[in-house]
Amino acid sequence: MAAPRALAVSRNAAPSRAFLLQALIFALVIALAGFLAFNLIGNLGARSIRTGFAFLHGTAGFDIGETFLSYDEHATYGRALLVGLLNTVAVSAAGILLSTLIGSSVGLGRLSRNPLVGPLAGTYVEALRNVPLLLQLYLWYAVLTELLPPDGAAPALLPGLYLAKSGLHFPVLGEKPVVPLVALGAGLVAAMVFRHLAKLHQARTGKRYAAWLAWALALLPAALLLARMLASSPLDIPQERRFGFVGGGTLTPELTALLIGLSLYNGAFIAEILRGAIQSVAPGQGEAAAALGLRRGQRLRLVIVPQALRVAVPPLASQYLNLAKNSSLAVAIGYPDLMSVGNTIVNQTGQALEVIGMVMAAYLTLSLSIAGFMNWYNARVGLIGAP
Amino acid sequence: MTGALENLWRRFFGSLGNSLLTLAVLALLALALPPLLRWALIDASFTAKTPLECRAAGGACWAFVHEKYRLILFGRYPYAEAWRPLAAMLVIVSLIGSACGGFIRPRSLPVALLVASTAVAALMWGGVFGLAYVESTSWGGLPLTLILSVSGIAIAFPLAIALALGRRSRLSLVSALCAAFIELMRGVPLVSLLFMASFMLPLFMPRHVQIDELLRALVAIALFSAAYLAEAIRGGLQGVPASQEEAARSLGLSPVRANLLVVVPQALRIAIPGIVNVFIALFKDTSLVGIVGLMDLLLATKQALGDPAWRSFALEAYLFVAALYFGPCFFMSRYSQALERKLRAGEGAS
Repeated sequence: MAAPRALAVSRNAAPSRAFLLQALIFALVIALAGFLAFNLIGNLGARSIRTGFAFLHGTAGFDIGETFLSYDEHATYGRALLVGLLNTVAVSAAGILLSTLIGSSVGLGRLSRNPLVGPLAGTYVEALRNVPLLLQLYLWYAVLTELLPPDGAAPALLPGLYLAKSGLHFPVLGEKPVVPLVALGAGLVAAMVFRHLAKLHQARTGKRYAAWLAWALALLPAALLLARMLASSPLDIPQERRFGFVGGGTLTPELTALLIGLSLYNGAFIAEILRGAIQSVAPGQGEAAAALGLRRGQRLRLVIVPQALRVAVPPLASQYLNLAKNSSLAVAIGYPDLMSVGNTIVNQTGQALEVIGMVMAAYLTLSLSIAGFMNWYNARVGLIGAP
Repeated sequence: MTGALENLWRRFFGSLGNSLLTLAVLALLALALPPLLRWALIDASFTAKTPLECRAAGGACWAFVHEKYRLILFGRYPYAEAWRPLAAMLVIVSLIGSACGGFIRPRSLPVALLVASTAVAALMWGGVFGLAYVESTSWGGLPLTLILSVSGIAIAFPLAIALALGRRSRLSLVSALCAAFIELMRGVPLVSLLFMASFMLPLFMPRHVQIDELLRALVAIALFSAAYLAEAIRGGLQGVPASQEEAARSLGLSPVRANLLVVVPQALRIAIPGIVNVFIALFKDTSLVGIVGLMDLLLATKQALGDPAWRSFALEAYLFVAALYFGPCFFMSRYSQALERKLRAGEGAS
């Protein structure tokens, strides 16, 4: 337990002094809020700015390039904001996934004993995290829209994968993979049940079941069903024609630049977090695990990574939060996320107070929910009984 | 000798996996480095007068930087007066340099800051000593970025100390207010605060009060950074043993003096890495003011690229500006590491 802190403030003063001080501060805050509100009402009246949320039902009249909901220019402002919010959530989720992948490989690379890999990963980290993200986004966007070959002249990176001025073109499934996804979900549940039973069994008898069995349980049926689906309805592969691409899926240059920029930039920070976390595990832990006869993979998985995660989760959480908030830089390169849709609506309706207030509230909710999830996860991986 | 060679060999090709890794990195370097060097140096054009000449050379067109450096570095500041932002930058850089080099004692830093900002304001605005008046809307480029960074830090720092102390206060109202402010600021993107400041701040002020665009952005940046800084400093405050405050109090110091003279200095020392990280973030974040239309270094570069003749040299332009941002950031992170080592060594000696 921490010692009772701040004995200093006023231990021997009468409690009424603290009360008076707080009352004074409260009065000041109320006065300030009143002053601001008074000015606001006066100014809104003087400039005859409309107020209220009635505008949400008005027709937006502008188009949004990429949407997860059905949307056209006759839809309402409210729906436009919702579309923007979904785009923000999607870009943040994809960015978190990609930057974690990049961050873990670069972080492990920095720890590598190989004298080439370590400095290479170090150069990556220093180069990316010391340059503003906005500049990197502009740079990627310029590369994608100015320097790439035009449609019709773009070579395939991999079979069916093209990067051209019109964006990233990639093959998609011919139909929605509903059945394989259901099978995957069922497989995952079965695998979790299996792992739980295997743990109980191990606790009772000391005998271990191989972990790959659980994975096979989760993945095999889904993979088989996916293969059967592919056999009946083949992939939709983009075809390069002279003036553009036909078929396949497309990521616009805006979204591609945003995803590349966000993932590379945050990947550099995540690499540092993971490196620090792994280095914080006392070397004796790995040696002790080796002395107990654990193999290298087991040592990492069962001894080092769980202890490193405990250190890594809080800074990782704030990095994910940063990524979600940084996705608002989309406004600068024209990807229709929440911030840029909000900005367009402010310019059209002039109701900055309501729109920016709503946008900020949405980001606050998003931040608090990521923070809440990471707190829950932190409590799960934390030491039992630790503060 | 053979032992050292053997050791070296083992580090590169010790195991199968390691050998594959080494070969893969070597292959990557062999594939990427020669074309990169050819583009950036050998085929590059440094002195071309026209975009066509540049394109003919086939490599990077650093001549773009040569052609547009005034716009990139100084924005729309009047051409004939360019020595003034240059002098202002020198004032800022020498302030930072003498503070980092230990020529200014921490206690006299506020005075030095005041003198320097008066000099910078006089140089940039003019209107005194026979200098022509230049509106802040025509400021731009690197001086603007530096002014925003330094004054952002100067405003955010005291505010952050107050917020951090307030959040730890036993007065529940004070700590709730500080916590709410910090979490609100940390929960929203800086862009939204910049929009808020640029659209809304005028509406919250009495009608005849006009707030400069620059000041609006500065307020947003300072408040946003203060919240992050406050959390870094609070971490430092938690690392100072409670006995320090008790000892200071028992020597007869008032609560305020005990905090400011004994607790806060120790907390700041513990919090150095976190504080410098916020400074680095703030310096990079000043680039966002371009989104609300201030001509900072980055937006000035974008404007330079707006010239249709030169617009295909975006890569060169952004790499040049990236180097300008990289230098100070890299310096700050290295300086904080050196400072940490120095302070830790001092601790061990005493």
